[in-house]
Amino acid sequence: MPTYFEAKQLVTPGELLAEGEYQAGENTYVEAGKIFASRIGLVDLDNKKVNVVALRAFYVPKPGDIVIGSVIEVGFNGWTVDIKAPYTAMLRASDVLSRPFKPQNDELSQVLDAGDLIVAKIASFDRAHDPQLTVGEPGLGKITRGQLMRVTPTKIPRVIGRKGSMISMIKQETNCQIILGLNGVILVTGKAPAEEELAMRAIKKIEDESHTTGLTDRVTQLLKEEKAKHEENKQ
Amino acid sequence: MSEKHEKLIDKKGIRLDGRKADELRPLKLEVGVLPNADGSAYVEHGKNKILVGVFGPREVHPKHLMRPDRMVLKCRYHMAPFSVPERKSPAPSRREVELSKVIRESLEPALFPELYPRTGIDVYVEVLQADGGTRCASITAAALALADSGIPMRDLVVACAAGKVEDTVVLDLYDAEDKLGAADVPVAYMPNLNAVTLLQMDGALSPEEFEKAVSMAMEGCKQIYAMQKEALKNKYMKIKEETKEETEE
Repeated sequence: MPTYFEAKQLVTPGELLAEGEYQAGENTYVEAGKIFASRIGLVDLDNKKVNVVALRAFYVPKPGDIVIGSVIEVGFNGWTVDIKAPYTAMLRASDVLSRPFKPQNDELSQVLDAGDLIVAKIASFDRAHDPQLTVGEPGLGKITRGQLMRVTPTKIPRVIGRKGSMISMIKQETNCQIILGLNGVILVTGKAPAEEELAMRAIKKIEDESHTTGLTDRVTQLLKEEKAKHEENKQ
Repeated sequence: MSEKHEKLIDKKGIRLDGRKADELRPLKLEVGVLPNADGSAYVEHGKNKILVGVFGPREVHPKHLMRPDRMVLKCRYHMAPFSVPERKSPAPSRREVELSKVIRESLEPALFPELYPRTGIDVYVEVLQADGGTRCASITAAALALADSGIPMRDLVVACAAGKVEDTVVLDLYDAEDKLGAADVPVAYMPNLNAVTLLQMDGALSPEEFEKAVSMAMEGCKQIYAMQKEALKNKYMKIKEETKEETEE
């Protein structure tokens, strides 16, 4: 009943990971009692569960997730929203307008038009139906300012860091507000474009080097150095 | 036939391009070469140069191809007009349509189509330069591009051909051997699962020769598989080593 990997080893799809009493976790599958990897990533053993933390993956909607998307179409009773997932999402007009929605009184494109960006929450999703969005909570709704960037969705937890340590550090060092969409879209809003750029560079670094150790220190160093440079330029 | 051209294999068993009977052509594999695609790979297999881009899973177009219970895989094998000595018309030929189908069917068993219903994956294979055995090189590269895009896979698919040239069974035929030789047997294979996903034969072989050709092709596949895995890992190992140096400093 052995395992065939070292902790944090880089594996490719089809690599044999374990046999016997182990459980197949994320990004793995079982064939004839053996556990194989199904994505490129780093293996980890959590009790008896074999997980692969994927280095490349796409976003699959899950109810309750916060995502950032763009409106691609205004329909009769709602909007079609691109959430960078295999499925396009729907946002219903009755969800956005607090009063009952009447097509004769309300022009939907005045509320949200094609091209508008929104922060939303996945209200429902299953195999048979496209995801439904909701914006009826504080912090959700139309995006009015800031910059967007995209990372591989599996790297969002790395950007957040242990108990949010990484993201709060970046927020603090750059004075930016950062909203992480679990679909891999990140909104960075700061007082100055330079601060936004710096926050985005830090996040890009995390994405590129997510599978390495000592990342927090290197990101901190990057932010400190850049801030010092910026101060010099000011003087 | 044999009076018209040079011998394809000399007395020492060396082939026209200098290889031994069971030797592969030099192979170069690269992953993540197209930033606009979700996954991509580039392969140089001898004089073959092939670029593969993968998109998806995404909405299926045209809509009628969409399946409510599974993901569909679409493949397009295309040869650039300048990929062969005589200009090839860019319109899809009979051969390209067939190869698109063959590549799709050899990749399909490696995927989990039931996981993402109502979606589709597009695989675009672009042959920039062709020198025999492009279907095998395309499958090898397409499997890498699929893995690079983050689509879950049972295993990487590797393909390699064997065939018969002047009464000798040889590995990995190039264009001249393919055209002047007696037979060509392309094999696509998932090494970890020990499953063959493509087996074709063009020409005539005795049952013994056929078996020898298949096992030779599978040996070739295993060699390529090692390189395939390395190419996939390479993209991330590079960064890892760079950061290691940084922290050690």
